[in-house]
Amino acid sequence: MLKVIKNRMEQGCKTSKYPKEPIQLYKRFRGMPRINASCSQSVIQQCADICPQDCIDTKNKTIDLGRCTFCGQCEVQSKGEFVLFSENFELGAASREHLITGGSLPALAEHSKQHFKKLFGRSLQLRQVSAAGCNSCEADTNVLNTPFFDLSRFGIDFVASPRHADGIHVTGPISRNMTQALLDTYEAVPSPKVVIASGCCSISGGPFYGSDEVVGDLNKLIPVDLYIPGCPPHPLTTLHALLQFFK
Amino acid sequence: MDNLLKIKNGAVVDRNAIPNVSNSVFFSSLAEFVKNDGYIVQFFGYIENGINRLIAVVRNRDLYVIETEVGSSFQSLTGSTSEKFHLFEREIAEQFGIIPEGHPWLKMVRYHKNYTGAPDAFGNDYAKEHIPGNYHYFQVEGESIHEVGVGPVHAGIIEPGHFRFQCAGEEVLHLEIQLGYQHRGIEKMMPSVPQKRWPIICESIAGDTSVGHNLCFSQAVEALASLKVDDKSSIVRSIALELERIANHIGDLGALSGDVAFNPPAAYFGRIRGEFLNLLQVLGGNRFGKGLVRPGGVTHVMEEEQIKIVRAKLHELIPEIEHVCDLLFSATTVLARFENTGIVAHEMAKDLGLVGYAGRACGISYDARVAFPTEYYAHLPANENNTTDGDVNSRASVRREEIMHSMQIILQLLEMYEQIGATTGAVFMKEHSLKANSFVVTINEGWRGELSHCVLTDNNGKVQRYKIKDPSFHNWTGLAMSLRNQGISDFPLCNKSYNLSYCGFDL
Ligand code: SF4
Ligand code: SF4
Repeated sequence: MLKVIKNRMEQGCKTSKYPKEPIQLYKRFRGMPRINASCSQSVIQQCADICPQDCIDTKNKTIDLGRCTFCGQCEVQSKGEFVLFSENFELGAASREHLITGGSLPALAEHSKQHFKKLFGRSLQLRQVSAAGCNSCEADTNVLNTPFFDLSRFGIDFVASPRHADGIHVTGPISRNMTQALLDTYEAVPSPKVVIASGCCSISGGPFYGSDEVVGDLNKLIPVDLYIPGCPPHPLTTLHALLQFFK
Repeated sequence: MDNLLKIKNGAVVDRNAIPNVSNSVFFSSLAEFVKNDGYIVQFFGYIENGINRLIAVVRNRDLYVIETEVGSSFQSLTGSTSEKFHLFEREIAEQFGIIPEGHPWLKMVRYHKNYTGAPDAFGNDYAKEHIPGNYHYFQVEGESIHEVGVGPVHAGIIEPGHFRFQCAGEEVLHLEIQLGYQHRGIEKMMPSVPQKRWPIICESIAGDTSVGHNLCFSQAVEALASLKVDDKSSIVRSIALELERIANHIGDLGALSGDVAFNPPAAYFGRIRGEFLNLLQVLGGNRFGKGLVRPGGVTHVMEEEQIKIVRAKLHELIPEIEHVCDLLFSATTVLARFENTGIVAHEMAKDLGLVGYAGRACGISYDARVAFPTEYYAHLPANENNTTDGDVNSRASVRREEIMHSMQIILQLLEMYEQIGATTGAVFMKEHSLKANSFVVTINEGWRGELSHCVLTDNNGKVQRYKIKDPSFHNWTGLAMSLRNQGISDFPLCNKSYNLSYCGFDL
């Protein structure tokens, strides 16, 4: 018992004050890209050529955050001339097109569906479905339950049964072998329900795009309401997206 | 042994130098080797010029390779020689339709159509849907026997897989584990996608082992493209691998604590695990170390600032972790649940070829950092495990010991890094021309155990075959054996004590 108390005192309270107070992530973190539209076409072309996800559009000078893994290769290649990754982790989007960005995203809160805010603003229960996620997405979703993020204080919880859920949160490129189980889980959630695609895998197939063993895009199966880009999304990215979209 | 070619971890071998022996010599050599305390690192098939071929990489104190040509079937060694072969043989059957004759329980590994269009080894038609789990599980019969099926979608935020328990009352008589739900076709993708996609794919083979798998991949490319990695980059890689190990072990100790309803360590370790992920982010911008390791070095070298952050964090966390570990491992209620739960005996562990902490908890001391050191490991002291009873408590204790050891060696690595004068440049992924007609195998001690990648190139230096093995491939059977005659309510605890990878297995 004494040890429990001693450890309790040593640990103290570690819960973050976000969103009331901003959090500064360490500078090496790659968040929202800043794009220099006046960059020379040849440099943009070089970036597009080395981009492993083929997500740079040279004509419109945009990056598709639904495909990007935030590997940082384009930043290095262009020596920051075309892209610079900021520490801004607020990346959620309400439509697939918004993710194709020239350097900014529309305010998520304004694009969320108002009836969702009314229905789920005070209490949101989600069923997480990993459909061939590599376990980074899953782990950094799970981490929202640890004391630092403490998701429950916002009335948001991950639940075991789809019957108790208001929606599903999907990670992974949706392997052929998980498609049926994913659809069954979706079916089991009572309507009205929310669908969240988390990580570039569920948005576009991520690193596995083109494989004939994956579906690669959740929208092909069920309509997605909220997109959370990243590989994996930072827990704060997920937290921000959930709060903006539902609160 | 005379028929096997001795090779080195991460060194290129001319494919013509690999002994290509007759079937009988191949299988008798393998059988003899494995019976004499030998273990399988890789055993896989590939097809070249229409000929089916099998390659095996095996280890005792050294590494060896051997190869043979087969027709549409070969002689199984699973029943006659050792359980160590069972999954490898099933994998060969599934990937190429080459049948291991006499395999005692030939069934699907990952449920996918094979690579060649040969008739499916199990008679499955993957053009039809719903094949995963569509299989007659092993059944125990009797009046009081009942069956419990769990998954593929589980209760928590975890990856999918199916567990089928045969129980008499509370007691589990048999657990059958069927995976494959996470199959993304990675081995098939690798030879066909442009090189720039390789590291992105490899660091997502298993996201909790991003650094480990990308090390195996990068070392293989380095060998085939004759790239040198400087000492400083090597140290950054070693530090990243250890941070990955610590983060995962701490997370698991917290989860184990939660599973026995002792909440304080669960909460503390849950938070502390994040501190280590954040350190990986300090090194390379991603909490899982993605984007850090690339052929030729690392994308971010450490400057004074990062060294300071890592060192200060470790000094802050070492006492905290010691205290929380003490809290966890001295609570009688915890020990009552940990001790004597989910035992795998030493002999059984050897028969199955368990690796990593699952093996070390059973007294198999093998640690690839010591046996086949890569990067900076040859300069570092080895860890020693003291609790080797094969139960949950041992698997937890090994983790505890490894956490403390890893933190110490990171501190040592930081010092070594500072002492090396030369500065080093960051690298990023480029196209490399690979040595033609070559073979390389790379091995690293990931946090779960022995990771290995194997690459074969053809006459033009194109990748002919890319083979990946996650330690989970060896260890899932260990979990099944842990559950024998165990209460079914102990399953979550046993499962967490292994915490194996679904996607690392499913590829
Ligand atoms: S950071 Fe994104 S856009 Fe840039 S190279 Fe990587 S995947 Fe492509
Ligand atoms: S998006 Fe990235 S982190 Fe998430 S499951 Fe896919 S590969 Fe893993």
